[in-house]
Amino acid sequence: MSFIKTLINGEGGLFKSETLTPMQKMTLRFVVVGLIYFGFVVIEGMLMRLYEVKPLPFITEPQFFAILTAHPLVGIFGSTYSIVFGAFLFLVPYLMKKPLWSIKLGNWTFILVAVGTFVFWFAGFVSHYAPLYTLYWPLPADFTQFSVWGGTFFITGIALVMVGSAFFVINIFKTITYTPDGWEKQPSKALLASALGITGFRNLFTKNKKEHLVPLPVAAVARGSVDVALNTLIILFTGVLILIFMVAAILGFDLKETAIDALLYKNWFWWGLDLIADGLVLIFVAGTWYLLAMMISGKPLFMQNIARAALLVELVVSWTVWSHHLLSDQAQPAILKILSGEMVTAFELITQGLAFFITLATLWSARPLKMTNPLKFLLGGLLGFALAVPAGIMQADVGLNRILHNTQWVVGPHVHVAILVGLTMTLYSAIYLLFPILTNGAKLYSQKLANIHFWCHLIGGIGMGAFMGIAGLNGMLRRSLYINGEFNTYMLLAALSGTLLLIGFLVFFYNIVMSVGIKGVIDIFLPAKVKGKNLLPE
Amino acid sequence: MVDSKVVLTGQTLAYTFYCIVIILLVAWFAIKVTGKGKGLAVKPAIFYTFVGFLTVLGVSLHLITYNTIPWAEMDLNRSDYKPDKTFVITVKDHQFTLPSEKLVINVNDKVLFDVQSADLTYGFGLFRNDNSMMFQMQVVPGHRNDLLWQFDREGVYTIRSTEYSGPKGVYMILKDVVQVIPANATN
Repeated sequence: MSFIKTLINGEGGLFKSETLTPMQKMTLRFVVVGLIYFGFVVIEGMLMRLYEVKPLPFITEPQFFAILTAHPLVGIFGSTYSIVFGAFLFLVPYLMKKPLWSIKLGNWTFILVAVGTFVFWFAGFVSHYAPLYTLYWPLPADFTQFSVWGGTFFITGIALVMVGSAFFVINIFKTITYTPDGWEKQPSKALLASALGITGFRNLFTKNKKEHLVPLPVAAVARGSVDVALNTLIILFTGVLILIFMVAAILGFDLKETAIDALLYKNWFWWGLDLIADGLVLIFVAGTWYLLAMMISGKPLFMQNIARAALLVELVVSWTVWSHHLLSDQAQPAILKILSGEMVTAFELITQGLAFFITLATLWSARPLKMTNPLKFLLGGLLGFALAVPAGIMQADVGLNRILHNTQWVVGPHVHVAILVGLTMTLYSAIYLLFPILTNGAKLYSQKLANIHFWCHLIGGIGMGAFMGIAGLNGMLRRSLYINGEFNTYMLLAALSGTLLLIGFLVFFYNIVMSVGIKGVIDIFLPAKVKGKNLLPE
Repeated sequence: MVDSKVVLTGQTLAYTFYCIVIILLVAWFAIKVTGKGKGLAVKPAIFYTFVGFLTVLGVSLHLITYNTIPWAEMDLNRSDYKPDKTFVITVKDHQFTLPSEKLVINVNDKVLFDVQSADLTYGFGLFRNDNSMMFQMQVVPGHRNDLLWQFDREGVYTIRSTEYSGPKGVYMILKDVVQVIPANATN
């Protein structure tokens, strides 16, 4: 087949978009939009990295900080939330062997996350609204620095994403507990108890142990969704609070910023924000590792009951670790710094360590395995968290935090390695695994390109984290600019690593487009010809 | 009190060693799991040993740092210490205001930096001439932000805001305003 034909119709013309069910189309839409936003994030990251080396003539300083504000939010909400929500809205009914409760609500989640991300990104791009994702009070309401209108649209965009997230949570829990038409009545309370881990907890203290009604990966999704719900509430509440100050400013009233205690605000906002970084991400990732390990190996999960218990512990831990973000706040009570900031946070070493071990042990039980794309990306994801979690535990220490907080160490070896290597490679593993299922047997265009994608992403991600980390250990701050080129060597090396990441992403995107064809990509966004709630064609 | 650079060196060595080990371990696993051999179940004893190891590691890390990093204990119990000098510094409109043009400190003095913000959340950090960080803290408006530090050697340090407070915050730098002079010298 000629190059042009493949570009239009996909590899071997095997992708038949007209055979896709509404569920498959919905999931693929999430994934495609999530990948496009990932492309945004990589390009934004590269622009900032280059700007750190030498200011670019077409980017002003306010623009730089607007990019710095949008970059993590587009990455988490526009990209990760899209891909994760899409995958879980497909996998939960797939594993529960029943239809999704509401495809319509799923599509609304897709629209709200996609549109909301574009709204806050565009508002920041146009108005240079740049209080960063941390929104430390009273910066988001400082209208001497930022446009009130830009801020209003920015916060509205975030709110749209949060409403979409709430719809996702409702859809997940309803799918687990509802009774589909024509089915025998489902034990909704027992299903909910199993999903949340209450059944497993009760089993510890009773002789008559009840069976787990939901598969382990579904339990992980349910528990991670609890954190999504709590996080959504906190961010929405904070957004409304900021909007009150914005609307008042638009109407000509100057509300007192001191009406809100900056430290209390910082505590509740970090409590909510940390439910993403130290909550739902870790729980969702652990659940995804377990699912991938079982699907790749074809074996039951090693130490399944312990894995279930660890997911519950992780959920409780995620509610109580926020204070590690406030170890450099001297007014923060010492007891919170030690208990929440240090001790409970150290539990993440245990829970993630368990997930790491259980996944490897499950794979080991099925050796020899073939080094497929899902397996190699899964191992990359495991390595990413194995590198990033200890880096985080080190900075969550009263002594070390004094010399690490707000340096490039935090955002390099911890955040970027966790997200780019740990999380993203796990998601790529899932995408490669689900690709034939979601496309009804479409063939990957090139295995060679998939290999290039893997190595570029792995080396680029670890390299970027390492060079940022060395810069941080040498005193380079995050959220700042060094206009005299003090850290140029490290930033150049990080930029080179970032270039590898960009190449890896472009190679992957090209490979996927060539696999399904441009026509196929466009068709994903058109209404499905197949009707009904079935996940896959009959 | 040892310089914070010594602690950073120790941390760099420990983390680098760990990274090499874990990368090699995953590489070894990747080769073995796809190589010739038979799938065997991992013994639960190995798993529980690993859990025990992680638990000991997680708890002992903080105990070790608390007992070896010299400022950790002093920081948590700073109200029990009597500082040799106290500097009250105010921050407003992205500007630090110092009590004097230079902050002069004698070696081994315990110095309390009391930094107050009148508007935004800022950071307060001391940096060496090679741009490496000596220490930092957050400066939250409406709250006490005080840091006790003991300087073990002579030097000249720069104050810089370590927290983002808008684009103007990048320029919150007071170069070479902290001078640490010999123990018995007078300004």
